Amino acid sequence: MRKVLIANRGEIARRIIRTCKARGVATVAVYSDADKDLPFVREADESVHIGPPPVPHSYLNVEAILGAAKSTGADAIHPGYGLLSENEAFARRVLEEGLLFIGPTPEVIGQMGDKLTARHIMETAGVPVVPGCEQAIDSPDEAAVIAMSIGYPVMLKASAGGGGIGMHICRDEAELRQAYQSAKGRAKAYFGNDAMYMEKYVERPRHIEVQVVADQHGNVIHLLERECSIQRRHQKVLEESPSPFLDIATRELLCDAAVTAAKAVSYSGVGTVEFIVDEQKNFYFLEMNTRLQVEHPVTEEMTGIDLVSLQLDIADGHPLSIEQEDVKALRHAIELRVYAEDPVTFLPSPGTITLYQPPAFEHVRIDDGVETGTQVTPFYDPMIAKVIVSGATRQEAVQQAQKAMDHFLITGIKTNIPFLQEVLQDDQFRAGNYTTWFVTERGAASSKEKR
Amino acid sequence: MKQVAANMAGTVINVLVQPGDEINEGQDVLVLESMKMEVPVQAQASGKVVEVKANIGDFVNDGDIIVVLE
Repeated sequence: MRKVLIANRGEIARRIIRTCKARGVATVAVYSDADKDLPFVREADESVHIGPPPVPHSYLNVEAILGAAKSTGADAIHPGYGLLSENEAFARRVLEEGLLFIGPTPEVIGQMGDKLTARHIMETAGVPVVPGCEQAIDSPDEAAVIAMSIGYPVMLKASAGGGGIGMHICRDEAELRQAYQSAKGRAKAYFGNDAMYMEKYVERPRHIEVQVVADQHGNVIHLLERECSIQRRHQKVLEESPSPFLDIATRELLCDAAVTAAKAVSYSGVGTVEFIVDEQKNFYFLEMNTRLQVEHPVTEEMTGIDLVSLQLDIADGHPLSIEQEDVKALRHAIELRVYAEDPVTFLPSPGTITLYQPPAFEHVRIDDGVETGTQVTPFYDPMIAKVIVSGATRQEAVQQAQKAMDHFLITGIKTNIPFLQEVLQDDQFRAGNYTTWFVTERGAASSKEKR
Repeated sequence: MKQVAANMAGTVINVLVQPGDEINEGQDVLVLESMKMEVPVQAQASGKVVEVKANIGDFVNDGDIIVVLE
């Protein structure tokens, strides 16, 4: 591998460029009109304009991206996360063009991208799954019958959905019937696939995921877990590793289950197996993300292992250079996602950044995609930076995170930094005692206080 | 004069009311999209719609007046 085209943008494009540079691999950035002045475009060795701002015309434009790879002589494509990273057809096209796809095979992407197929494979492999239906639901009547058998509350999900889109919690039959119609319509519009399924809704769950790494020779290891329960709108805001909730025995079971999951699909590359964990520490397979994760730096700062570097080795066909025994939680790491959004309503806040001054301290890593003068456009995800801190203990990491947030200056747009500061001061958070309900419950408590 | 203002910057992807409609406070009048998120804009007051100042595809800023009420 001599030249990698990065089919992505912003902070993750920059992150990938960094490791490529360190390894002496050349990089090609692709960009839309809206992104022409962003740091990742000039930091790549070459850059190719691929279209207007809306993603279907640029970052999802497969032929334009492949054309850029051809014209620059790139021999591999790194898809980053989101966008085309879990698109089976794209991975297939990349291979057809004789290029390396930095990720698993198209078949695996397809299998894990379809929630019903993924669930079936995992159940067969002995990985625990949430009680629910095995087949797509055909009618509201059928939905009601299934819900009765698994018991309310239930979660209605679009098979092709993800990131919280297309999910509905239903506490009784009336809610279910209503949600079924609207969810099906939305799934059709969003994903072009309106297959719906249902599972038992786990009350007060934690969202904990396991990083797995597999080479093309059948070797699979895990890089421990990430605790991702602090979410707003089903999207993660703060992640940490190790999880303060897991005990040693549960951690071992969970990580073993993730390795079993990866082996069940003959996985290759880095991937993430997501689980929900209930209050009794029972865990269930949620989905597998067949790509680099947004929060991968948490694992990197905890273990000292560069995940992008592993991706390049694996894509090149090398056997894993590390063994399971080499993987240790050396530090406690926390990632805070800085979003261009209102810190109270969480509504997007695009605009021009008039001053951008990230914190610079030891054990504070900044993965960002913007700078002073950057115009944050409404076309893409609102995440503009990730702050990853680490400490010898969780308490030390939390203190470091507070210091970093207190010294992060962004003006011109609204950001969620005040919200992140509040999270870090929250008693429940400090005690490491929180679920995916954390943000909702905090919101309810603070509006009560104001009254 | 009563008005409805946009609650964030974004592109208008749906207009749900037209001149002459009687609307209630809290009713969705228009849907904006920004940063991969669809957000409905709700009427901040009740009244009869006199003018809708935004069309599908328009970009509006936070605070822009999008609907004028009688």
